[in-house]
Amino acid sequence: MTDQNTVGLKKLALHDLHVALGGKMVPFAGYEMPVQYPAGVMAEHQHTRRAAGLFDVSHMGQVILRPKGDMAALVAAFESLMPVDVAGLAEGRQRYGLFTNETGGILDDLMFANRGDHLFVVVNAACKEADVAHMQKHLSAVAEVRHITDRALLALQGPGAEEALAAWVPGVAEMRFMDVRVFDTLFGPMWVSRSGYTGEDGFEISVPEAGAADFARTLLGSPGVMPIGLGARDSLRLEAGLCLYGHDIDTGTTPVEAGLTWAIQKSRRAGGVRAGGFPGAERILHELAEGPERLRVGLLPQTRAPMREGTPLFAPDGTPLGEVTSGGFGPSVQAPVAMGYVAASHAAPGTALEGEVRGKRLPVTVTPLPFQPTTYKR
Amino acid sequence: MKYTKEHEWLRVEGDLVVVGITEHAATQLGDVVFVELPETETMVAEGDEVCVIESVKAASDILAPLDGEIVEVNTKLVDKPALVNEDPMGDAWFFKMKIDDLAALDDYMDEDEYADFIG
Repeated sequence: MTDQNTVGLKKLALHDLHVALGGKMVPFAGYEMPVQYPAGVMAEHQHTRRAAGLFDVSHMGQVILRPKGDMAALVAAFESLMPVDVAGLAEGRQRYGLFTNETGGILDDLMFANRGDHLFVVVNAACKEADVAHMQKHLSAVAEVRHITDRALLALQGPGAEEALAAWVPGVAEMRFMDVRVFDTLFGPMWVSRSGYTGEDGFEISVPEAGAADFARTLLGSPGVMPIGLGARDSLRLEAGLCLYGHDIDTGTTPVEAGLTWAIQKSRRAGGVRAGGFPGAERILHELAEGPERLRVGLLPQTRAPMREGTPLFAPDGTPLGEVTSGGFGPSVQAPVAMGYVAASHAAPGTALEGEVRGKRLPVTVTPLPFQPTTYKR
Repeated sequence: MKYTKEHEWLRVEGDLVVVGITEHAATQLGDVVFVELPETETMVAEGDEVCVIESVKAASDILAPLDGEIVEVNTKLVDKPALVNEDPMGDAWFFKMKIDDLAALDDYMDEDEYADFIG
């Protein structure tokens, strides 16, 4: 097998460490990224659910929004970009957000944190340049938009994550799901959130690049911590029912269609104290009231054949209903799992559908998400 | 034993050719989670996609290495796809073919040539 073409790709600050660990490097979102280590996707996935996995997610965009004057003006301006309650987010807390466009489509999904005198935002790698430009355009009157490029971002996920991280940063043990804290550590100032993309308890940790390799090696030296590649990151998030931007959500899907209405707080809905006032509000509020025409659903293939992205979905009478947007084998579920969009008429859990795999219509059942129960420390 | 550029191995067993994938291919694929086998008593042509093999991440095909008839398939792989990773060169054969002329095998690589091919 030949090496993937890596010309023009950016290298992560921890590139040499990944190579030393035997990581198989592939192009992803403009970076050379480890898709797996010698243990392989299955073992890495299962290890994360059983113990702890360390992921390098430094390709993602880290942005600080610092108010030029009043924090409230920044909060209001940031809130005008999303159907999400920003003003109600307490200091030291993080929330899931979505930039929407004028037609209610999703420009990107993100995490934002209230750090008292500023906001900290983490966005998807493939969207980060566009997101920074979007924020500069809409926020620069009230805030300095600073794209942080000298910090690595690591995720430590799984039931063993707290013990491994608390050995070096004891304060993390007191955090609960979606808390954010800043710590002074041996490895430099660390920005920690108790969150992740696996459905497991765990942390995402922003650390200066200068201390990142030492920090990563230290964590990997802790009992039970193993390096995890993008392959297992994808199967873990799929089992957890979490969306992958560019696949399960994009500018052609609305947050309501995507089943992300939990991310739209009451204050931004019809009758709320700050209802509407975000791009695409007309469509999104309409869909909240009337229901969308299609919905993202969990799908359990009823044979052993995985249903991959792009698999067309049909009603048993042959009516086309939509397609799979993410699908593969769930190592913890020990069966194929998928998600995709179907007409709202066929979106109820338990509905029997068919997916076309290599020309054959195979049975698949609509099922509630997630496939794997989450273990967040609330 | 003969080898193809598609990382299949071919072993002559009487007048049949047994086909599997190499250790190298199994390692590159990663954990195999699904195998779809051809029907027996099917006539196939060299290069036809006859099996599907899926790992956690992706699907790939196994091609018929020669013209001939599929006479037997290894149904053990359907219930236990992981066998492909555990014993790719032995128990995890995929199918047996009847071919007209075993001399057609001469065009394929021997073990040393295959070792050079995969580097």
